Amino acid sequence: MTSTLQRTPEEIRTRHAENLGHQVASGVFNPRQLLTSFPDALRKFDPRYQLRNPVMFVVWVGSLLVTVFAVTDPSVFTIAVAVWLWFTVLFANLAEAVAEGRGKAQADSLRKTKKDAVARRLTEDGVEERVPGTDLRIGDLVVVEAGEVIPGDGDVVEGIATVDESAITGESAPVIRESGGDRSAVTGGTTVLSDRIVVKITTKPGETFVDRMIALVEGAERQKTPNEIALTILLSTLTIIFLLAVVALQPFAIYSGGEQSVIVLTALLVCLIPTTIGALLSAIGIAGMDRLVQRNVLATSGKAVEAAGDIDTLLLDKTGTITWGNRRATEFIAANGTDERRLAEACRLSSLADGTPEGRSIVELCVEKHGLSAEPTDAEKTGEFVPFTAQTRMSGIDLNGRSIRKGAASGFTTSDEVQAIVDRISEDGGTPLVVAEVNHSGNDEVLGVIRLSDVVKPGMKERFAELRAMGIRTVMVTGDNPLTAKAIAAEAGVDDFLAEAKPEDKMALIRKEQEGGRLVAMTGDGTNDAPALAQSDVGVAMNTGTSAAKEAGNMVDLDSDPTKLIEIVEIGKQLLITRGALTTFSVANDLAKYFAILPAMFAAIYPALDKLNIMRLATPQSAILSAVIFNALIIVALIPLALKGVRYRPSSASALLRRNLLIYGLGGIVTPFAGIWLIDLLVRLIPGIG
Amino acid sequence: MSPTVAGLLQVGILVVALAAAYRPLGDYMARVFSDAKHSRLELAVYRIGRINPDSEQKWSTYAYGVLGFSFVSVVLLYVLQRIQSWLPFSFDRGTIPPGMAFNTAVSFVTNTNWQSYVPETVMGHTVQMVGLTVQNFVSAAVGLAVAVALVRGFVRHQTDRLGNFWVDLTRGTIRILLPIAFVFAIVLIALGVTMSLKSGVDVDGQTIANAPVASQEAIKELGTNGGGVLNANSAHPFENPSEWTNLIEIFLLLVIPVSLTRTFGQLVGNKKQGYVLLSVMGVIWTAMLGIIWAAEASGLRPLEGKELRFGIPASALFANSTTGTSTGAVNSMHDSFTGLGGGGAMLNMLFGEMTPGGVGTGLYSILVMAIIAMFLAGLMVGRTPEYLGKKLGRKEVTAAAVSILAMPTVLLIGAGIAAILPSTQGALNNPGSHGLSEILYAYASASNNNGSAFAGITVTNDWFQASLGVCMALGRFVPIIAVLALAGSLAAQKKVPVTAGTLPTTGPLFASLLTGAIVLVAALTFVPALALGPIAEALL
Repeated sequence: MTSTLQRTPEEIRTRHAENLGHQVASGVFNPRQLLTSFPDALRKFDPRYQLRNPVMFVVWVGSLLVTVFAVTDPSVFTIAVAVWLWFTVLFANLAEAVAEGRGKAQADSLRKTKKDAVARRLTEDGVEERVPGTDLRIGDLVVVEAGEVIPGDGDVVEGIATVDESAITGESAPVIRESGGDRSAVTGGTTVLSDRIVVKITTKPGETFVDRMIALVEGAERQKTPNEIALTILLSTLTIIFLLAVVALQPFAIYSGGEQSVIVLTALLVCLIPTTIGALLSAIGIAGMDRLVQRNVLATSGKAVEAAGDIDTLLLDKTGTITWGNRRATEFIAANGTDERRLAEACRLSSLADGTPEGRSIVELCVEKHGLSAEPTDAEKTGEFVPFTAQTRMSGIDLNGRSIRKGAASGFTTSDEVQAIVDRISEDGGTPLVVAEVNHSGNDEVLGVIRLSDVVKPGMKERFAELRAMGIRTVMVTGDNPLTAKAIAAEAGVDDFLAEAKPEDKMALIRKEQEGGRLVAMTGDGTNDAPALAQSDVGVAMNTGTSAAKEAGNMVDLDSDPTKLIEIVEIGKQLLITRGALTTFSVANDLAKYFAILPAMFAAIYPALDKLNIMRLATPQSAILSAVIFNALIIVALIPLALKGVRYRPSSASALLRRNLLIYGLGGIVTPFAGIWLIDLLVRLIPGIG
Repeated sequence: MSPTVAGLLQVGILVVALAAAYRPLGDYMARVFSDAKHSRLELAVYRIGRINPDSEQKWSTYAYGVLGFSFVSVVLLYVLQRIQSWLPFSFDRGTIPPGMAFNTAVSFVTNTNWQSYVPETVMGHTVQMVGLTVQNFVSAAVGLAVAVALVRGFVRHQTDRLGNFWVDLTRGTIRILLPIAFVFAIVLIALGVTMSLKSGVDVDGQTIANAPVASQEAIKELGTNGGGVLNANSAHPFENPSEWTNLIEIFLLLVIPVSLTRTFGQLVGNKKQGYVLLSVMGVIWTAMLGIIWAAEASGLRPLEGKELRFGIPASALFANSTTGTSTGAVNSMHDSFTGLGGGGAMLNMLFGEMTPGGVGTGLYSILVMAIIAMFLAGLMVGRTPEYLGKKLGRKEVTAAAVSILAMPTVLLIGAGIAAILPSTQGALNNPGSHGLSEILYAYASASNNNGSAFAGITVTNDWFQASLGVCMALGRFVPIIAVLALAGSLAAQKKVPVTAGTLPTTGPLFASLLTGAIVLVAALTFVPALALGPIAEALL
């Protein structure tokens, strides 16, 4: 395990934010990005590109149509409408270009790491030959020594080395990579800092981790996700409905004696079709992936990110994820009438020189609870430490004729009282450590018992409560016996646990959940996790893990932080919510646009319809132009929201819906009334319109 | 008793009667469509039709069944009208001209019952009884069958079988429609509705047309058909002699669509799912009743075009119920309503006939709308959208979208062309915005398979006969195919379990969301057109 696992999620996030500096300026939207993305936005005017987005393609065609009319029959109004319709297309292009631009910057910094390394390939007879890294094939063995760049992705098959992976993880602390076990995977582009390893190449050049990561952040491989496709169908349907409504309006207008110009009808159409969401849809998707990359998670597909939002069950390994991974002293229980202070002092003394995590935790408890010193006095330093051996099953110290020992209960003569304490601790899922003073005749006097517990990381209970609020059930997976597992499960606040779990049990659990229609997410790092990672709907492999695990999962967490899954779920949900909220907003906007445009079109033939002009817009031209301008500007105004994502707070589905309907539904109805009215106040000043 | 109090009393009695019928009828219908046994009469029908009642069909086979049955029905009904002069009880009324015969055949097969003819001078009793009445039963049963197939799509999982169309059709007819219609025909006769094979009765030397009215009257309302045996429809004393028959007819046209929500709740295993749909239907129905009633009560000529026997409240109640279901029977002339009142009746149809809608069609239409609403809602809570344990993905959204698109498409294209045809001007009784309302109403009525007429528009020229016929057919069968495809893809899915993260669809939040979706979709689609018709009229 790397040091990362010993930190709380909060620490990781803080550390991570610091590390981001070298990658890309983070999630905050900078208006300057609009300018830098301008050339890309212009390139997207290509009709072949526009065809991908049915809603914006209609706007594009409409703009062209109006431009033709504006050229043949120019007036301030027609030209203004034509210009603002083109602006609508431009703003949509800009939204996408800004989102892509942020990915490009990341890709560039990654590409720098992708130096064309020269590989030292081992031929079959063990001779080294120097070949370009691009010539490597799967199965090749290469030698990498200190100071050299690893030429491709692979597994260490010989040796152990420290590797600087900061190029891809942003984590400056070097990590250890060794043959065998779960820390054998190395990534092309990272640098060996010490020692010599032999790496077996596992991916073809061009398909390496870094290559995939570049493609991903650049959006080159971006495919529409299932929900995005379904939403596009719905948006196309709305577009068709409005197209029909506007096209059919002309014969009705002719019948009523008020034929409308193509310009006015096009303006109405563009205002009605869901341009806001249409313009921002792909930016939302790109930004969602981008948010993942910013959190150092690499997803193989957008589909996996969406699936993360749907997760019903979360499998978490106990060790390292829910607990610190090491047992810690949590309580001293005095026995046989011993004074508690004396027990604590004995515990401290016996552990001062004990370098194991358990030993250190005992000293820490002495400091915390009993105000004893963590540092040995000069006198104490003279004591002789007796290390733990498999034979004695105890450790301790000999000092000034005193012998203090701590160890498993079986090594001491225990009274009924002590035995009762020992049994109780075992039942609670802890490990009892008996402390005794041994006198000269070799008889031991038991002072008390130290309780060693698997300590749940702080904040876990709250995180699981959050998950529960989202409707996600957490299952703790552990090799512990059911008794211990139950105690820890209760302490951590998980919903369920799987004790004495073997890899196949994990697999069976995933299958069982999936048969019930649930979506399962899990994290894993070992090769024996690979089948379960592949079976789960969202499998997050730790970057420290084996190549097999990384291949099997559909995401890789570069920070190797198992609690990251919670953030991934949040990003998945946020992605969908942002789409849904902006669609609602977009459609709700239409109400105000009807109130602006319909009276402008028809008050001339039915003066009574002017009663609908509740915004009191100055003239028909100013009303229509104001609606068109609002429709274009709202896209720019919402780019930051599209990139950042709608705020998500874990809560029940009903609470979320109520909140989003209120903000984006009701807000979507009210905002354009204010916006169009304000714009009209300016537009009416233009000669020829007001 | 003031008319308002009397009106409220009638509404009260109606609601109580519907509430009383809700559970028994809803539960009964659920049993009918999930019963494993067949009655002897049904087995005889299956033997004649060479149907294996225990074999289930895929959605496509089910759809072929619906389309094939309906196509054959149109042909038979067309031929029957074209040979009328050779049929008994035709009273020398001659054969029906091709355009009118086509329009009428499509109209009755699609459960629209739009009538471009004057029954007492055009249709003989044989066509009425053998042709039109039979379609009144089976077209309603087709609607029931499609609705049940869609519900099965939600209930079943990982299967491609949706039931057997012929079995659903037969059961709907024999076990539900026939018995209820029979009982109420007797009741109506007892209350004064006529039933005669003569062509008319002589009263003081004057012949008043008569027909076997009662037997058709019951199914006309019960099957949300609406085609009158006599031209004046339920405004005629022979069809609707008293306040009591008036109330019974309103009850009949509402009872199945309303009770089907209970059937739905039973079949999906959660009655609350049905109640919530009922509440949405009820809220919109009540709101629209208020609007129409208030508009009529405040009109300048409140009783013009209305039966004095019924007065304003009972006329508004009937108008709201007949347009809120896809019935189309009338007890007053909607053309004579105020701009807002007539617009309200039109809006009821433009909602897509789901408040509570026609027999079967109301249920499947509101479920399609619920799918669209839940799709957006699902996104807004950050999960792949789902409804009743089924995910709403590309296929489901596409099918729902096609189903919803069909009606506005045919309506707007048809009405748009009609508005600029020179021949239309001659067909209209009124110029200006009211004339446009008449055109819109006709196409709204046809495209939504309602069948009520604004009157005031002569629809016998070839354009209207053909285009309205096409609107009726596409407005009926495109959604049916889409709904069955939807049912097919839902049934093929796994069942998604209800977890704490599932958005509940039984509470007021879902009800308001669905209500909002119904109103918003209709408003956004039709406001431009309505602005030049009823809105302009109402604001004048």
